[in-house]
Amino acid sequence: MRFMVILKGEAQGEAPSEELVDAMIKYNEELVKAGILLAAEGLFDSSRGARVVTAGGRKSVIDGPFTEAKELIAGFYLIQVRSLAEAVEWAKRCPVEVAIRGTDREAVVEIRQVAEADEVPTFTEEQVAAERRIREQLSGGA
Amino acid sequence: MGRRGVSPGSTAHRTVEAVWRIESARIIAALARLVRDVGLAEELAQDALVAALEQWPRDGVPDNPGAWLMAVGKRRAVDLIRRHETYERKLAELGHRQEVVADPDADFDAVLTDRIEDDLLRLVFVACHPVLSTEARVALTLRLLGGLTTDEIARAFLVAEPTVAQRIVRAKRNLAEADVPFEVPEGPDRVDRLASVLEVIYLVFNEGYSATAGDDWVRPGLCDDALRLGRILAELMPDEPEVHGLVALMEIQASRLRARIGPDGEPVLLLDQDRRRWDRLLIRRGLAALGRVALGPAPVGRADGPYVLQARIAACHALAATPEETDWRRIASLYDTLATVAPSPVVELNRAVAVSMAYGPEAGLRLVDALLAEPALRGYHLLPSVRGDLLAKLGRAAEARIEFVKAATLTRNERERTLLLDRADGLA
Repeated sequence: MRFMVILKGEAQGEAPSEELVDAMIKYNEELVKAGILLAAEGLFDSSRGARVVTAGGRKSVIDGPFTEAKELIAGFYLIQVRSLAEAVEWAKRCPVEVAIRGTDREAVVEIRQVAEADEVPTFTEEQVAAERRIREQLSGGA
Repeated sequence: MGRRGVSPGSTAHRTVEAVWRIESARIIAALARLVRDVGLAEELAQDALVAALEQWPRDGVPDNPGAWLMAVGKRRAVDLIRRHETYERKLAELGHRQEVVADPDADFDAVLTDRIEDDLLRLVFVACHPVLSTEARVALTLRLLGGLTTDEIARAFLVAEPTVAQRIVRAKRNLAEADVPFEVPEGPDRVDRLASVLEVIYLVFNEGYSATAGDDWVRPGLCDDALRLGRILAELMPDEPEVHGLVALMEIQASRLRARIGPDGEPVLLLDQDRRRWDRLLIRRGLAALGRVALGPAPVGRADGPYVLQARIAACHALAATPEETDWRRIASLYDTLATVAPSPVVELNRAVAVSMAYGPEAGLRLVDALLAEPALRGYHLLPSVRGDLLAKLGRAAEARIEFVKAATLTRNERERTLLLDRADGLA
């Protein structure tokens, strides 16, 4: 089973502390050594991002930064494990406490199972096929 | 984060299981260094697991569950060693030989956190030791390194649970009786011992990839377990090209898992697969692993080993967007090399297929026919299956039909049998 382990929150503008970077590197290495890490990315804070909002038949662009830090994504891991319980155990080990030390913020790590198109019950056969075509184009023949 | 209240029963149990799967290999490895006996180390670790199953549902899951298990296991080990020392001392007083069970100067705390990777690697080599039967190596590896329960192993291999349990007990006894040292082999032994480790991992993978028995054509869970073991090994032995070769091979083969099964669970062969269903992430990982082969300190003149060669062949398929774009000449040439590095009738058969694709069915059939007298292939369903395919391509339908029927009677996999009989019927 594949899970995306999502680090919620917003980098606070300034660069992450050396301690945090060290802790995250160590954690990443643990995931690699355990043979479960498939992919991972960290994101810049939302001041470098934008949103496209669609409502009332109109699309508008909102530039970052965004304020609702809890809803933002700071980074993610894609892991392959046997169960949700195992994914949870790995998420617990993510050293997010280093990022919030000395603040009153809370750190949230969210775990979501990756849906493979074949497993989504509402997909029609045509939709599954279309989804595969898109994947093919995205990956550009590996 | 304080201690979380865990409702008794399933949630805490699932947590214990998950922690066990993550931590057990490291705990067993560290304890094995202390007590110098893998079987005993496993039992001590199991004691710790039992303690967790009793206490966590009641008291909550500790903040650092891995360290908790390790501490309990260590305490049991130290108790055991002390009891044993007293016993040995008494024996010595009675004039018997004194045996040292553990390094008396060992700093237990350092021992458990220090060089854990070295201990893990030792555990890998002991679990795959040649004094054990292949079945025992597989069971012990999944149990000690994969963190699988006896029941999970039994279900994966479609054998009764007591059979697996017995296999493991006997394996541990064999290791103790043969006095297998807890060490990574050095010197001339090393190549063969590593080959045994890789063989065990690939066996697990293959049992998941094309199940030799049962109703299901694939059992992806086993592939995942093998991949995980392979990736762990690649981090433990980053300078061994063959380890990366094996990982690359498994990643690329696993990328086709979904495409190998048709809508009704029937097998779909490589060239008939919908390549859009191949998992591009695993292909990229496989190619990256293959890239690591070249990064090690390559001894002068060392040629690619069998896993690297097979991975290169798998990569050729992975890189072809359509079957027609497959570079069959390169694949045939890689099989030529493989046939010299690791000669086997099965490799010859695969080489025949590649040659037929590169140079025509006539050339392939000549190689296949040369294998007909091969005793090792007697009863191997793929020989008549390949031969039938080549005969069909040459328009020799009646002969092809006979071969497919023969292949169908030889395979032990139900899904594959249906596929072969369908092909035979198609030629009627």
